[in-house]
Amino acid sequence: MNPYRHWRIRRDDDRIAWITLDVACSPMNKLSVEVMTELATVLDDLERYPPAAAVFLSGKDAGFIAGADIEEFTRLDSPQKARELVGRGWELFNRLAAIAYPTCALIRGHCLGGGLELALACRYRVAVDEPATRLALPEVMLGIVPGWGGMLRLPQVTGPAAALDMMLTGKGVDARKAKKLGLVDECVPARVMHNAARALVLSRKPARELPLLQKLLNGPLKAVVARQARAQVARRAQQKHYPAPYAILDMWSKFGGNALAVPADRPTSLDAIVASPTTRNLVRVFFLQERLKGFGKDSGFEASHVHVIGAGTMGGDIAAWCAGRGMTVTLQDQGIERIAPAIKRAARVFERKCRGDKLKARMMLERIVPDVDGRGVRQADVVIEAIFENLEAKHKLLAALEPMIKAEAVLATNTSSLRIEDIGAVLQNPARLVGIHFFNPVAKMPLVEVVSAADTDPAMARRAAAFVKQIDKLPLPVASAPGFLVNAVLGPYMLEAMRCVDEGVAPEAIDRALTDFGMPMGPIELVDLVGLDVAMAAGKALTGAAAPPKHLSQLVAAGSLGKKAGKGFYSWHDGKAQKGKTGAVPEGLAQRIIQPLLDATRRCVEQDVVADADLADAGVIFGTGFAPFTGGPMNHLGARPASPKPRPAQAARALPRAA
Amino acid sequence: MKQPIHVVDGARTPFLKARNAPGPFAASDLAVAAGRALLSRQRFAAGDLDEVILGCASPSPDETNIGRVVALRMGCGQQVPGWTVMRNCASGMQALDSAIVNIEAGRSHLVLAGGVDALSRAPLLYSDAMTRWFAAFASSRTLGQRAAQLTRFRLGYLAPVIGIMKGLTDPVIGQIMGQTAENIAFRFGIDRQQMDAYAMRSHQRVAAAQDAGRFDEIVPLVGPDGELYQADDGVRRDTSMQNLAKLKPFFDRKYGNVTAANSSQITDGAAWLILASDEAVNRHGLEPLGRIVDTQWAGLDPAQMGLGPVHAATPILQRHGLGLNDLDAWEINEAFAAQVLGCIAAWQDQAYCREQLGLPEVLGQLDEGKLNIDGGAIALGHPVGASGARIVLHLLNILKRRGGGRGIASICIGGGQGGAMLVEA
Repeated sequence: MNPYRHWRIRRDDDRIAWITLDVACSPMNKLSVEVMTELATVLDDLERYPPAAAVFLSGKDAGFIAGADIEEFTRLDSPQKARELVGRGWELFNRLAAIAYPTCALIRGHCLGGGLELALACRYRVAVDEPATRLALPEVMLGIVPGWGGMLRLPQVTGPAAALDMMLTGKGVDARKAKKLGLVDECVPARVMHNAARALVLSRKPARELPLLQKLLNGPLKAVVARQARAQVARRAQQKHYPAPYAILDMWSKFGGNALAVPADRPTSLDAIVASPTTRNLVRVFFLQERLKGFGKDSGFEASHVHVIGAGTMGGDIAAWCAGRGMTVTLQDQGIERIAPAIKRAARVFERKCRGDKLKARMMLERIVPDVDGRGVRQADVVIEAIFENLEAKHKLLAALEPMIKAEAVLATNTSSLRIEDIGAVLQNPARLVGIHFFNPVAKMPLVEVVSAADTDPAMARRAAAFVKQIDKLPLPVASAPGFLVNAVLGPYMLEAMRCVDEGVAPEAIDRALTDFGMPMGPIELVDLVGLDVAMAAGKALTGAAAPPKHLSQLVAAGSLGKKAGKGFYSWHDGKAQKGKTGAVPEGLAQRIIQPLLDATRRCVEQDVVADADLADAGVIFGTGFAPFTGGPMNHLGARPASPKPRPAQAARALPRAA
Repeated sequence: MKQPIHVVDGARTPFLKARNAPGPFAASDLAVAAGRALLSRQRFAAGDLDEVILGCASPSPDETNIGRVVALRMGCGQQVPGWTVMRNCASGMQALDSAIVNIEAGRSHLVLAGGVDALSRAPLLYSDAMTRWFAAFASSRTLGQRAAQLTRFRLGYLAPVIGIMKGLTDPVIGQIMGQTAENIAFRFGIDRQQMDAYAMRSHQRVAAAQDAGRFDEIVPLVGPDGELYQADDGVRRDTSMQNLAKLKPFFDRKYGNVTAANSSQITDGAAWLILASDEAVNRHGLEPLGRIVDTQWAGLDPAQMGLGPVHAATPILQRHGLGLNDLDAWEINEAFAAQVLGCIAAWQDQAYCREQLGLPEVLGQLDEGKLNIDGGAIALGHPVGASGARIVLHLLNILKRRGGGRGIASICIGGGQGGAMLVEA
């Protein structure tokens, strides 16, 4: 009988112990306290009757090990508990690494965080060459550090440059890249993975050693490497907002990768990290993301054919995204010559995405079928209208489409400025229309708003959310209100920024103030990017009669419409805004410009545009890139005791409620 | 009683003329593009097909069972079998017939069948001498053996064998297809001027049909570079008798009459039809374009292969008690002007009708107003495997356009065969 709850050991004729992790009552393997404690027992038992070799593998289809149990992080309320948690893993994996007989991790599917740290503590690693295989130390994204030996062993295996890149960005590598980096000893197809692991452990050869240069970089030259890496990190994240990457650098370069060795009073200590609100907020963002992923899970809806009408930038990119996710896409526009550019764009995207795998890229491209006559609509499981924002044109289109669409298919509009109610008015069954609102650029923006009008069929909204989830985007259910959530909060923010320009503040100073605050891009640059004409139209729709900012009007009148025109608030060259000297940033500038965004978010919560404050935070973070370390605007409001009382919701009353 | 065979829908790529270099699309690319467009507009899913059958005369070495390759690439799913048939110029028609046979046998109800070839991508091959030299070199063990083998190399070994010329040459009689057309011209006294006039008419009819929008079976292609291919590009609107007269005979170089311009063009293209049983039509609520009523294959002298249509169509006419002009429209694939004119002549030739067709009398004069109404392969091109499917599809479209009727599509087949199908819409 198996003495363990989560582990299984099978000894074969070669006296190899095959140690399978199969965490009870969970679809994936997570290294919870219980699982780690049991692993210690497993090692005890192996010590009593040592095998010739040991191979760690997973009993889950989902992957190898997904990492530590993040749920447990939320309960770390004291530095003491954090030290205990880190110490347990650090010592356990040191013990694993010290085992005299050969050990191997057989990695198929995800191998993240603590999972990779376990694999690194083995003498060999075998990765299965499949798209799902992914090795990463994503701790930094949660504001924490790979404290179970990752900071010690990853640089020893790959050299510090690749290791720091993985640890400081949290980015993963696939099996082939892992082999190239030396992170795994073998990259093999699944059919021979057991043989490969067996051959490796029976070879008894010593663990792979780093080349001399890499050894030097990971030894005497650590300081040089660390300095360079720090400069790179500083360009992306400020220490006051994101302490974790700085802590990783410090722990690796000065403390041998041992998080416990950093004295508590250093700003890079475990104690400091756990005390930082960033860590709490990033963990919160992680769970918000999980919550978004959960929408549409229950509908059982699965799309295989998507029909997109409108082959412009948005429609074409939606089509390409869906085709890249395995769906057949019929792409409709008024003429084939309007569709061809979208195909060309998609071809380039797929080529890059498939990195030389021409067969795969061709398969993706073939899934996009030009469909001038719109005949694919009859087979489609999801129909998305992405034509220009004109109510009459949309009415004409939808009225013609409705009789041809399958009863169970999702009929969606990608409108950003028209009311779902108004668009649906022309339908026999207006309740079937939902909004599926993508953001530009489709390939980069993780959030998609799923918009319901008051009488939208909830089952259809659930299907729409399921579709969004199916294409690996984060669905956010929102009510039909002007600007939905994301544009409703971005509008007042960009407006305030442009008013500052009118008052004489340099765009450079404004953008600097907000990137310093933690926004991924300054608001003026953002206006240039979305287009001044779009901003003008959206501003009118969102703020009603209020006069548009003076500079905005002038620039629009002069045809300086932003990046697409080569000139807006900035001049644009080679896709980059030409910024002058920043100059002095006025006191409180960021606060002033961010305040309308915070107010607008609160209004959206009060007016039930989103179901609750958490979803508002999730939407604004994943829809606008709003500084994740804050945990989102609502969290930010709540966490700021000194924040001014919210202004009376004057503007809010001007906004029509979702009908 | 045999059950009716419905043609639900069909589509083809534009026929793209080979321009002395590999064309923009491989054969499988062409078949997939047309097939995806066709399948995406049906009332059934691609996975509902019982099988995919594709005719192809020269599949490339990496996709010899091109039927299965494209079935998978079109998203039909792993469960839908796919296979490839080869009957030279009638490969596409053979695919239709294979589908018919399986539907009649009750094995299949819904079949995607058609044809494809990308003749512009026909390979250059190493000569046998070169291949033997390679083999000897590969099997030499020692350095000395290898050096010796190197000295045996002759530059002449490098002269390539042009794959398409091999393919267009009858291996039994050693005549290239154009020479068999010369044979027919000789037999029935068809002169150069008649051939050129026929070729010119083909171009004029295609131009007129393009202008009138009568090739709506074409689905446009978009290359990965965004390049658009919307129409058959072999048609020459500036063709004149003077220009045609300038061309030198190609096959019997000095004294012949058959030129490149009064022959079909070397072209890339694909054509598909969806064939269905009664049961499939009812199950999926399909609205068929028409029916394929009868099929006939025939064999004849390989040196007269261009008369294949006469031998295949005549038994169908007899079975249904029809005269040549009882049909509303005819397609005879235009491999060569001489060969189409030869077919018309044969039906009017007492000796030929008696001796070769076993008829008591001549069948008569086929009304050329009913023949190849929208032009043919001389102007459109002849992607060998695709043509048989194209003429059946286009004939049905002509009949439908005219409010219904009956017609025969027939094709001559290199090697001395003919194929014909009676359709109605």
